[in-house]
Amino acid sequence: MAIDRPLTERIRPGGEGAAIAAYEKAGGYEALRKALAGMTPQEVTKLVTESNLRGRGGAGFPTGPKWSFVPMGSDAPRPKYLVANADEMEPGTFKDRLLMEEDPHQLIEGMLLAAYAIKADVAYIFLRWEYRLAERRLHRAIAEAVEAGYLGRNILGSGWDLDMFVHISAGRYMCGEETGLLNALEGKRATPRAKPPFPQVSGLWGKPTIVQNVETLCNVPHIIARGAAWYRGLSRSEDSGTKLFGASGKVARPGLWELPMGTTIREILEEHAGGMRDGLRFRGLLPGGASTDFLVEEHLDVKMDFASIARAGSRLGTGTMIVLDDRTCPVGMVQNLEEFFAQESCGWCTPCREGLPWTARLLEAIEEGQGRPEDLERLSVHCKLLGPGNTFCALAPGAVEPLQSALKYFREDFEAHIRQNRCPRRSG
Amino acid sequence: MLSHREIEQIEHELAIVPRRSGACIEALRAVQRHRGWISDEAVRDIARFLEMSPDEVDSVATFYNLIYRKPVGRHVILICNSVSCWIMGYEGIRKAIGEKLGIGLGETTKDGCFTLLPNPCLGTCDTAPALMIDEDLHRDLTPGKIDGILERYR
Amino acid sequence: MAKVWIDGKTHEVDPSRNLLDVCLSLKLDLPYFCWHPAMGSVGACRQCAVKQFRDEADKAGRLVMACMTPAAEGTRISIQDTEARSFRAEVIEWLMVNHPHDCPICDEGGECHLQDMTVMTGHNYRRFRFRKRTYRNQYLGPFINHEMNRCIQCYRCVRFYRGIAGGRDLQAFASRDHVYFGRHEEGVLESEFSGNLVEVCPTGVFTDRTLKRHYTRKWDLQTAPSVCVHCGLGCNTIPGERYGELRRIRTRYNGHVNGYFLCDRGRYGYEFANHERRLRGPLLPRGPDRPAEPIGRDEAIRRLASLISDPAKLIGIGSPRASLEANFALRALVGPERFCLGVVEQEARLLALVLQILRNGPARSPSLREVEGCDAVLVLGEDATNTAPLLALALRESVRQQPLKLARPLAIPLWNDAAVRELVQDQKGPFFLAAPAAGRLDEIATRTFRAAPEEIARLGFAVAHELDPASPEVPGLADEVRSEARVIASALRSAERPLVVSGTSLGSADVIQAAANVAWALSKDGKAADLTYTVPECNSLGLALLGGGSLEAASRALSEGNAETVVILENDLYRRAESPVVDRLLSSARHVVVIDCLAHDTAARAELVLPAGAFAESDGTLVNNEGRAQRFYQVFVPAGEIQESWRWLRDAMAAAGRVEAAGWKSLDDITSALAAAVPIFRDILRIAPGAGFRVAGERIPRASPRFSGRTAMLAHLSVHEPKPPDDPDSPLSFSMEGYEGPPPASLIPRFWAPGWNSDQSLHRFQEEVNGPLLGGDPGLRLIEPPPTDARASLFDRIPPPFERRAGEFRLVPLYHIFGSDELSALAPGVAELAPAPYLALHPDDAREAGIADGGTVEIGLAGGGRRLPVRLAPELARGAAGVPVGLPGMEGIRLPEWGRIVKL
Ligand SMILES: Cc1cc2nc3c(=O)[nH]c(=O)nc-3n(C[C@H](O)[C@H](O)[C@H](O)COP(=O)(O)O)c2cc1C
Ligand code: SF4
Ligand code: FES
Repeated sequence: MAIDRPLTERIRPGGEGAAIAAYEKAGGYEALRKALAGMTPQEVTKLVTESNLRGRGGAGFPTGPKWSFVPMGSDAPRPKYLVANADEMEPGTFKDRLLMEEDPHQLIEGMLLAAYAIKADVAYIFLRWEYRLAERRLHRAIAEAVEAGYLGRNILGSGWDLDMFVHISAGRYMCGEETGLLNALEGKRATPRAKPPFPQVSGLWGKPTIVQNVETLCNVPHIIARGAAWYRGLSRSEDSGTKLFGASGKVARPGLWELPMGTTIREILEEHAGGMRDGLRFRGLLPGGASTDFLVEEHLDVKMDFASIARAGSRLGTGTMIVLDDRTCPVGMVQNLEEFFAQESCGWCTPCREGLPWTARLLEAIEEGQGRPEDLERLSVHCKLLGPGNTFCALAPGAVEPLQSALKYFREDFEAHIRQNRCPRRSG
Repeated sequence: MLSHREIEQIEHELAIVPRRSGACIEALRAVQRHRGWISDEAVRDIARFLEMSPDEVDSVATFYNLIYRKPVGRHVILICNSVSCWIMGYEGIRKAIGEKLGIGLGETTKDGCFTLLPNPCLGTCDTAPALMIDEDLHRDLTPGKIDGILERYR
Repeated sequence: MAKVWIDGKTHEVDPSRNLLDVCLSLKLDLPYFCWHPAMGSVGACRQCAVKQFRDEADKAGRLVMACMTPAAEGTRISIQDTEARSFRAEVIEWLMVNHPHDCPICDEGGECHLQDMTVMTGHNYRRFRFRKRTYRNQYLGPFINHEMNRCIQCYRCVRFYRGIAGGRDLQAFASRDHVYFGRHEEGVLESEFSGNLVEVCPTGVFTDRTLKRHYTRKWDLQTAPSVCVHCGLGCNTIPGERYGELRRIRTRYNGHVNGYFLCDRGRYGYEFANHERRLRGPLLPRGPDRPAEPIGRDEAIRRLASLISDPAKLIGIGSPRASLEANFALRALVGPERFCLGVVEQEARLLALVLQILRNGPARSPSLREVEGCDAVLVLGEDATNTAPLLALALRESVRQQPLKLARPLAIPLWNDAAVRELVQDQKGPFFLAAPAAGRLDEIATRTFRAAPEEIARLGFAVAHELDPASPEVPGLADEVRSEARVIASALRSAERPLVVSGTSLGSADVIQAAANVAWALSKDGKAADLTYTVPECNSLGLALLGGGSLEAASRALSEGNAETVVILENDLYRRAESPVVDRLLSSARHVVVIDCLAHDTAARAELVLPAGAFAESDGTLVNNEGRAQRFYQVFVPAGEIQESWRWLRDAMAAAGRVEAAGWKSLDDITSALAAAVPIFRDILRIAPGAGFRVAGERIPRASPRFSGRTAMLAHLSVHEPKPPDDPDSPLSFSMEGYEGPPPASLIPRFWAPGWNSDQSLHRFQEEVNGPLLGGDPGLRLIEPPPTDARASLFDRIPPPFERRAGEFRLVPLYHIFGSDELSALAPGVAELAPAPYLALHPDDAREAGIADGGTVEIGLAGGGRRLPVRLAPELARGAAGVPVGLPGMEGIRLPEWGRIVKL
């Protein structure tokens, strides 16, 4: 049987989140058995590298190579840690929730394999508090996995031990940033850490650590089970595998679909999301969550994969798109986004801490009819100066992506606000 | 003083962190579960138990939005104010709650029943607008549904 | 060395540094905030951005933070690049978004790093048109003023307070543009080093609260290089004066001594100099019930002259808080045999022992900078936080040394402070602390050992024996102590730079000897073991080097009729010994003369009192516990008849027809006389340029070029501007005219350079960041270990085990940074934080004696009983009772001693 939706094939609408028996019946934990029985950790890493799996948490960093930076061997610092990043706080993103609620064992198996590849001793799932159902199901699944001998001491007789814990976050977007996350796990303020050193060498409690997005990890069992070539073949583009794509906003059928990497935006929007709601026209979208650049009409045939979206001037991000229609004010939308980012700035570095609130105030002023012509220039300057490298972490550069592209594609809307001293889309 | 239940839950975390202060966030959450919010006294209780200074605990507590350093009502409404919900009518939902309860964001009803707090994306954008009351997620909201939902918590 | 290109020019630089450090070391202007030379980089403020180019062909380049980028071979950067400059200008504009722009009413104004950086980047117009956020400020105690609205969130305050000083009650709260630095609740900051926040904060959030009461801008302060007089470490300071009043103290960087910091006693103790107890003119005391009678200067000299014509009838009592020169003048007056050190026998012996050990043994006394670099420490009997505060700060740094080694294999540069701390977490290097009572440094200790002084000495001897079988074995050693000793010995042995710390504070020669044995045993295998002894006062060691008798000897000489006049120099004897002892001494003298800056009980019993200059009103030399001689300079000419002690003595000697002082016109003259008379001080003139020294023919001005109001400040007395006072003693002038460039290191009156109005101008005065001051840090070490063949042998007198006695307690001294020191305790802020006298008891001992917490007891002491409330101290050694010495009401107590404690 050709499997083309490996991540979600076991998921049934209204399912209860597969119990371990059902998971095993559908081939679950076979990949783990295969790895522990016949592969060295390095072979696991090599296979994942060959599969060309790239991170699904937003940055798209190649997964296998990331693991290969972890010190291995008997003199490597211990304990080593693996963390599943289940913080999913990127606005417009709702994919990891599904994976955890509906198929928690898939994540656990993916974590086991990743942990084995780096010979981790402890694994954490860093879960946002709001995912109450996911928390219950993960706890149940972990207990089942321990019971079945997949977790704990001497896993499947391999002599390797792994403990797995769920850490429930106390909120804040910065916890999703991998080094902020580590600080939060250490019980501290979730400000980011300098890189280098990378967490792979000095992470949680100063020990080697890998942080990986939930969806990324969920791919791993399938890659181990079926091989790199199969995995690459799932895709319609140079980035391999499938991806959970989503759409929210005023489309006819908002939702989430597992599709080959490289599926075009148009196909997702028109075939899966059912096009725009009646009477509305498409104006643009953020392809992968709040911190990606707008794409517009002309980009509808762009493939959703890392390289193609980058060429179109945006980022694949989390692959869950937010759609802007013609009756929603782009200025208001961007104001909402920038208020979010300003609110979520950790307060560590100057450009983000001071620049984003200023940006948000300017957008508010424009939206409220108090904009001035020179405000647009100020906004552009902020977009430029809050770019990558200028701030301490990637929050602020992400924050200005939707703004800089809105200024490009919807400039007329901004100017109209300033000219008319009001939001043209608002009555009264 | 921390209660037995609170201590039990914190100890659970202590078992897995290499240093007592590592359980700080877990301790704040545990105490908040029991007391509803984190008072100055709670900060000091936790500090004593974790061998931290109250200042260190408060530094962490005030960083996180889901740690409440001010009293909240019996039910906390977390209304998603992020972009998808905003597109889908967050404003209307917020107004409906405001009209029904007479409170704005960050406020608590006079009878101490509800506190309304804005919350970033609840991760259910395909069913926006959404909110959470206590542990329950309510999706696909319309202003008209608000009355009925709130009634269930009275 | 690595070759780097900066704006097209090549430089040879140290590749283990970062680019910001390198640029500043090259004296290139590059603005920054979150970086601090003593704290390294965290990359938070983004102010130090420069353009980095991959190679020669790369024209686009990219912005990097200089503080986070290593100065690797071949690095090419541009500071002047347009994009880099506009980014830096923007960062300042962001920082100023919420800043209140209240420079005119801000105490930092005129010496504000934020002002300097704003000017440096060219930002001058505020485009932000929305509301600023505002904060509520906190009361933080008598030393620090808090004004959070000025904060630019550089995080330096909390990084210093926690990371360097170990304080836990100052934190960052909240997040985003609401981050707040303060305490969980208002209240006095707990750290003994809180005053450094004033200098560490780049703007006016944390300012000097004592300065506020007599506020003066930096440019209006008259300043000179000085040395702290409040403990034996000799930290370098810059006192500032205006209108005849001392207004504040700032740190004077000395790469070997105190580096960038001071303790709060040193920073805030200065107000004793403005105290109402200051003596301003000669007096004739007339008994306890009548005010003393002021007399004129000539009359005073005439009277003193009439008493001193026959040296054979004189006894001179010197002082460990007076300069070498003052003590030497007194010694010249009375003759070496009749000169007494002004301390009791016990203290004189301990100081002599310390000297003997440092001069004859193989272990070297390290500077504080060297202490920081030690990687395993044994402390025997010192509560450094309270007896030698900056030593405690250095020890806190020393426990980082071993864990820092983890960074090496990971190629994390040590300047990358946040990364290093995240890697190291709370690991600490070996640090063993034996003391009778709890102290702040317990929290960094690998292990603490609580015991009476005898047992502390025995532990030390046991460690020495473990290290070197030639060091005598401790008879009757308990097993737990032996195993403790083994652990300590093995940690010290495996260290690269072990350090032993002890001192005179416990009053125990055994402890001092045990420490020497440990250090000497370590030195045996060719390792450089360091040995630090704390001493009680700012010139204790200098006085010991000068040599002289004890107070007891002086008392004997007087009572046996061998002398009839006693001249007491800068010394309140009632702090040295119990009052009956002092009463006896004073009443056996026919004439008592006191020269001091303060009125006190001893002065009250004199027949003649002469006003001496306090430290800021005189020049002189002090020798710190390391054996480093340091010069301090007069800051201002005091009103009234005040002059240096040695000048009073000189004038009287001249009037009496004594020739010894005939040639003493200036400090150089008397210092030369000292150098000629006492061999150890042979090179003492080398510590600073002589008074005739000039740069380009000019003096170094004590007043800044912007000093304002000089023509008006005395206008209520005379419309003519008086001629500035002459200074025969130094190359400094009491005026604003003079050489404006950086003076020689020992003469730096303030840190100030073009474009750098704040203390952060310091790098302009350093050879490189964190390095010595240009031309070398001031001060001269007088004591070095002798050549190997001339070394003393190990001590072999081991005290018997401590045994508790029925009905008696071993009274041990406890020290308080605020309160135990005579002078600083007169400063109002310090007085406010000084505890009331108490007696500390172990709870079990108290229970056995039926004494409750807070109950009143009487302790029996040689000089009579004292009534004290009891404070339970669970960390106190059993059988010991802690007596806080030096506090008001607790003067003159000599410990350790056995004593009865009677419940009242
Ligand atoms: C501000 C910020 C928030 C982030 N939030 C998340 C998140 O919620 N979930 C996530 O998986 N990655 C998040 N990331 C990305 C992580 O830093 C990290 O790159 C990712 O967890 C790595 O996993 P991956 O390679 O599997 O994608 C965030 C990054 C930034 C800068
Ligand atoms: S960009 Fe700076 S302030 Fe913003 S979240 Fe990252 S570190 Fe914090
Ligand atoms: S000094 Fe470099 S980022 Fe602050």
